[in-house]
Amino acid sequence: MGEKGGTMKDKRVVFVTVGTTCFDALVRAVDTPEVKNELFKKGYTNIMIQMGRGSYIPTKSAVENESAVLEYFTFSSSIADYLKEASLVISHAGSGSIFETLRLGKPLIVVVNEDLMDNHQSELAEELAERKHLLCARPQTLYETIAYMDTRSLVPYEPGDAEPVAKLISRYLGFPDD
Amino acid sequence: MIAGSLFSSERQSFLSRKPLHSKSPRSLSTLIVLGSGGHTAEMLNLFYVLQTKRFKPRYYIAAATDNMSLQKAHVFEDSLLGKETLEEVGGAEFLQIYRSREVGQSYITSVGTTLVAVAHALWLMIKIRPQVILCNGPGTCIPLCAIAFLFKVLGIKWSSIFYVESIARVRKLSLSGLLLYKLHMADQLFVQWPQLKEKYPRAHYVGRLM
Repeated sequence: MGEKGGTMKDKRVVFVTVGTTCFDALVRAVDTPEVKNELFKKGYTNIMIQMGRGSYIPTKSAVENESAVLEYFTFSSSIADYLKEASLVISHAGSGSIFETLRLGKPLIVVVNEDLMDNHQSELAEELAERKHLLCARPQTLYETIAYMDTRSLVPYEPGDAEPVAKLISRYLGFPDD
Repeated sequence: MIAGSLFSSERQSFLSRKPLHSKSPRSLSTLIVLGSGGHTAEMLNLFYVLQTKRFKPRYYIAAATDNMSLQKAHVFEDSLLGKETLEEVGGAEFLQIYRSREVGQSYITSVGTTLVAVAHALWLMIKIRPQVILCNGPGTCIPLCAIAFLFKVLGIKWSSIFYVESIARVRKLSLSGLLLYKLHMADQLFVQWPQLKEKYPRAHYVGRLM
């Protein structure tokens, strides 16, 4: 990551992740000139796409006018490092990716995959969007979401606590409270 | 005489929906059903705060097609051993189970695979005989919980079933959650959003795991 050298400190990376899914519609949406230009206008210089099992190959691009540099890969064991490096994360709606990003306090746009059969995933993204922890988009509205987004209006996510659940389970089983 | 009184105490505890081992047990064998990605992260988050020395030995089960979840459980168990001795934290076993239906599989062929999955679940339950079952969503927990419930009704073996609905479920329970709720199979069923508690009043809501 980031071995391009030189302008490291001005580099602002958008990390796009689809997890272990196949989500060509998202990769294709990010690869459109509209989205790339809009991201560049917002000050993002690089786009790194984790494309998972998808078959749509985005067009790799070096430094161009008015557009961000785009790179991609399929899978990596160090997604956490990419998330840490990112200034903006665009993710599929899986709860793993969502909470990992929120815990790092990174601005997040969740894009809901409308092709999934049982689309309960949008529930979580919409609920968290309502609470202003993230922005929720569809592949076809990603461009507008980026154009109108104000990352300063997002509310930091307060991580949950498993302790009360653990306590109830332990108590039910007859263990004393500590 | 002794057998008779044992039997009656078991019946009684079943009727009052209280676990057999109500006198502060030292440790309980625990079956943990893992699902993919986010499900496993939630379950392990819970285990970080549960006192693992009370829940041992631990049997992790994941679908045969899911390698990632058991790998994460391995990492978790290794982290425990870094802090305490094996005797304290207890042993762990990692098992795989057949799924009754893969995504996209036709319903006709799934009749056969469901039978195989149920038989496999029965075999695992007889082998493990867990005192505690913890699950949070994947469909693989249904045959296991159903068998545990059947054992309970027949007075063969008591397992306490705890179900934590995934945080991804905000407005509706998953199919697994709904089945366990409607059929009263879970001893405690947790939801992670207040909206669900309103809809399913017998569920417990005490905040989010993530």
